[in-house]
Amino acid sequence: MIEGAKWRKWVFFYLPMAFFLLFLLFPFYWMIITSFRPDGELYRPWNSVNYNPFWTTKPTLEHVKYLFEETLFSAWLWNTTFIALVSTAISLICGVFAGYALSRLNFPFAGGLGTGIFITYLVPQTLLFIPLAEIIRNYNLGDTPWSLILTYPTFLIPFCTWLMMGYFKAVPKELEECARIDGASRWQAMLYIIIPVAIPGILSAGIFAFTLSWNEFIYALVFLSSPAQKTVPVGVTSELIRGDVFFWGPLMAGALLGSIPVAVVYSFFVEHYVSGLTGSVKG
Amino acid sequence: MAVEAITTYTTPPPPRRHRFLEDERWLAFMLLVPTVVLLGLFIAYPFVRGIQLSVTNARVGVPGDFVGFANYYKIWNDSIFRTAVYNTFLYTAVTTVFKLGLGLWLAILLNRDFRAKAFTRAFILLPFIIPTVLSTFAWRWMFDPTFSVINWTLYHLGVITGRINWLGDPDLAMISIIVVNIWRGVPFFAISLLAGLQTISPELNEAAAIDGAKPWHRFWHITWPLLLPVTMVVVLFSVIQTLADFQIVYVMTGGGPANATHLFATYAYQIGVGTGLLSEGAAISLAMFPVLLLIVVVQLLYIRRVETR
Repeated sequence: MIEGAKWRKWVFFYLPMAFFLLFLLFPFYWMIITSFRPDGELYRPWNSVNYNPFWTTKPTLEHVKYLFEETLFSAWLWNTTFIALVSTAISLICGVFAGYALSRLNFPFAGGLGTGIFITYLVPQTLLFIPLAEIIRNYNLGDTPWSLILTYPTFLIPFCTWLMMGYFKAVPKELEECARIDGASRWQAMLYIIIPVAIPGILSAGIFAFTLSWNEFIYALVFLSSPAQKTVPVGVTSELIRGDVFFWGPLMAGALLGSIPVAVVYSFFVEHYVSGLTGSVKG
Repeated sequence: MAVEAITTYTTPPPPRRHRFLEDERWLAFMLLVPTVVLLGLFIAYPFVRGIQLSVTNARVGVPGDFVGFANYYKIWNDSIFRTAVYNTFLYTAVTTVFKLGLGLWLAILLNRDFRAKAFTRAFILLPFIIPTVLSTFAWRWMFDPTFSVINWTLYHLGVITGRINWLGDPDLAMISIIVVNIWRGVPFFAISLLAGLQTISPELNEAAAIDGAKPWHRFWHITWPLLLPVTMVVVLFSVIQTLADFQIVYVMTGGGPANATHLFATYAYQIGVGTGLLSEGAAISLAMFPVLLLIVVVQLLYIRRVETR
């Protein structure tokens, strides 16, 4: 692609690429190395002599142990997984149905509803968290996983609907007509013919929704109060900092372990994730 | 035999409960009910409730009375709110320019053929998929005043002689937050723009190259115009997310030092949740709404123009 001498390839390709990789991945390296470094090495001033911050000769699991023995980290992991799975399932069901209706059925106000859902797609969580906290309290949902399971779909459904509309539009009308001629009802044609064809789209939407709900922070921060109910991001933030004191070892270990489930899911479905991401942009 | 085969392949008539779903309008209605109920309960209703709250003097546990626009008047004269508005626009503008520039550059690099391409692409998205709060803690630790690895590196490269207190100085703290946001956003821009680049036929560029167009001209007159629709949508999403950002500032500075780095959302959180002034907090976060609306309207008009062209 790059014509000319070898040095041009270095200057225009390898160096910029190395710069990007360093910039984008260094924080994760730093997270990992801190998680396994003993406290004695961790809290050495940046200008002390003979100090190599990039490596450790005495790796330790004390921070991970602290996390599981002295904090409720395992409960946070379970809460986050449960909430992410259930809200993803709810959002997928709603999103697939709504996407099907909006892309393949003729009914009054279809255009208006489509625009409405697109607009809710653009409503950020930080716009509504204060009145929503009050509503959650009034419904007696405060400090329960249901406060998040019911509110996460508000930013997941619009996304799933939007993505599924794209997939459903690509399925030829004839496929459905054939099924109907063979005697299938509309409902059956949708369930057994059209939805199976759109499985890759459902998988993309599901992966993307799962990572989004695992990531969510402000609702979880505002709606949950007791330590045992918290999700990983909120638990790590509120329970591993006491006043001004940061427990950096356990903090980084918590950040690392809290990232691994998402990273694993992502690594199995990179292609689906990317098509979800780009599909959500292109619509 | 033949008769048997035919009977087994004939679909039974649809059950009675499917009859009314044969009407397209009823089916659409049934399919949309769950979505409309959830979005209505947890988006439309809170929005109305938020506006109601913002014109009262409600606090936590106190319903409050109608006070008109007193809250809006109060925040309009609040110097911290004004700083937060200024910060939000600065933060959004600077990070968007960098995210677009760096993201486009990275997308062009990734659009080449090289070894380990799929692998590199997968790794590059990590900052975007790892929970933001958790990765921002890594950055906070890197910017720590006493144990900063950035200071260590700069010191050993001979760039600085004393320590830099990254999060203790208002300007440096703002720069630190901006860096983290760029870090988080570049992968999203790069991967989305890469998808856009891959739809552009390489033959166009080859033809222009044969006609003698230099690389820069080929980019400016062929790639960029074809990429513009995708770019606009990516920028729209990013601008909205950045305007409404909360997590990075909450973790990095908590709005400090001395309230110098607040954004709309963090200040609304501090007032509405931290001090319990629900009505004022609601007013602060709703103040974001006109800006968001303007961006969405401009964007929808643009998309419509492109579609009808």
